[in-house]
Amino acid sequence: MEISLIQNIVYIFSSILFITGIKMLGKEDTAVKGNFLSAIAMFVAVLVTFINISNPLILIAGIGLGAFIGSLIALKVKMTSIPEMVALFNGFGGLATFLIAWSEFNSTPDNLFQYILVMTTVYVGGITFTGSLVAYAKLSEKIQIAKTSIITKLFTTIFYISLAFLLYSAILTPLVVTNFEFFTVLLILTLLGGIGFVLPIGGGDMPVVISLLNSLSGIAAAFAGLILLNNVLIVAGSLVGASGLILTIIMAKAMNRSISNILFVGYASATSSKISEEQGEVNPINVSDAYLILENASSVLIVPGYGMAVAQAQHVVRELGELLEENGTEVKYGIHPVAGRMPGHMNVLLAEANVSYDVLAEPDDVNPSMDSVDVAVVIGANDVVNPSATEEPGSPIYGMPIIEVHNAKTVFVLKRSMSSGFAGVQNTLFFKQNTRMLFGDAKESIGGVVSEFKD
Amino acid sequence: METYILLGFVLILSIYLGLELISKVPSTLHTPLMSGANAISGIALVGALLLTADSQLQTALAFLAVTFASINVFGGYLVTNRMLKMFKKK
Repeated sequence: MEISLIQNIVYIFSSILFITGIKMLGKEDTAVKGNFLSAIAMFVAVLVTFINISNPLILIAGIGLGAFIGSLIALKVKMTSIPEMVALFNGFGGLATFLIAWSEFNSTPDNLFQYILVMTTVYVGGITFTGSLVAYAKLSEKIQIAKTSIITKLFTTIFYISLAFLLYSAILTPLVVTNFEFFTVLLILTLLGGIGFVLPIGGGDMPVVISLLNSLSGIAAAFAGLILLNNVLIVAGSLVGASGLILTIIMAKAMNRSISNILFVGYASATSSKISEEQGEVNPINVSDAYLILENASSVLIVPGYGMAVAQAQHVVRELGELLEENGTEVKYGIHPVAGRMPGHMNVLLAEANVSYDVLAEPDDVNPSMDSVDVAVVIGANDVVNPSATEEPGSPIYGMPIIEVHNAKTVFVLKRSMSSGFAGVQNTLFFKQNTRMLFGDAKESIGGVVSEFKD
Repeated sequence: METYILLGFVLILSIYLGLELISKVPSTLHTPLMSGANAISGIALVGALLLTADSQLQTALAFLAVTFASINVFGGYLVTNRMLKMFKKK
């Protein structure tokens, strides 16, 4: 039997494992096994590829180096840094496909279609690479550049130029097939364009961008499979592309915005629209009063947001939840899909703090019974609990599905200051009759309540 | 060209299959799914191994592609596993 035949049969086997693996990854009970199956699929595919590679020593060295760096990062990283780390790994995947396509350009592909494929793969891989790096830098707060700054505008312009250049080269390719200068321009424009793709997108929109970059890295791998005529790359890449796309759509729906609005417009309308200024007064509360109310509550809903991640408050939140349960209170967590900086961000943080996942509820599960909740505790969440989304048709966030904490009997809002949320919209929740503001660091405030409980 | 038609067919069917398989994922698993899918996109490693290395540039490109894809693969699977182990039901 020919070697390539054996390889292809093993690739089919590997594809089946990938498909089963990703299916199992989507269910709580089988997720660990699913991830393991997909790792086996990867191992098998890599192993069989090794049969006839050209210079094994260099490549084994590369795998060893990558394995060392990757494992080191994965085992050392703190759970709170997961969003930026996923972005970083994603970027490396994109870079790999970018390099593959670059190398294939030098192998002088023999037909027009291959050229177009190589160009497109370079583009998607490159955008994924630098775009993910920018997302990494933003999430780890290494860079903070305003959407309106000249640098952002410059890079955004380069992004559009790079896109135009790609389309142009796809048409022009027959004329300049072996033109390396032309290709070099594409390489550079692509890498700069990726920066411009992500730079203008704000923190609250990060869940969408991360999902989309995730999807793009898969699509880039599938395209690389087309160049190399390799089935397993196409299948595995497409699965990633699809899963990223689904997450992107879920995130966009949770914000009631279209994907193109998030990527290319942002919350621009928020600043121009008229927001009523007469909000009335807020009712502050202190820790001991908060404790007294919580002690007498029979059902409590905790609604975390990005602020909980920033304050690293997930452990004290879990402690509070346990103390409340010991006190006979029913405790639930209301998690909005876009709370935090990536899909499922709050779930990961609470899981890390040992909160059982069956008490984590989605907005649709908690909203109908909201009026029976005694106290809703909002910890560092803002836009996702803003009643304007249901009450004010003029508001920029009108129509966004929210957790309707304003219908609870009492609402505690833990917040550092009165600043508005990511969308730049004033939150009318703060001025409601049943709202009590607990100003200060979320970790300290909850820690205070916890120690009152213990006394 | 026939090969491409065939491979294009595989591409479309796989995307469709992926959309069907993952359409109803609970929000608890959003992050692990993303991170696990991210590890799968490291399949580019197989592509990187298949590259021909006729020149020094190509050898360098292949080495770099293999290294970065490996970071993606090993890091992705390990961190997903670490994360999933934390999800517990009492």
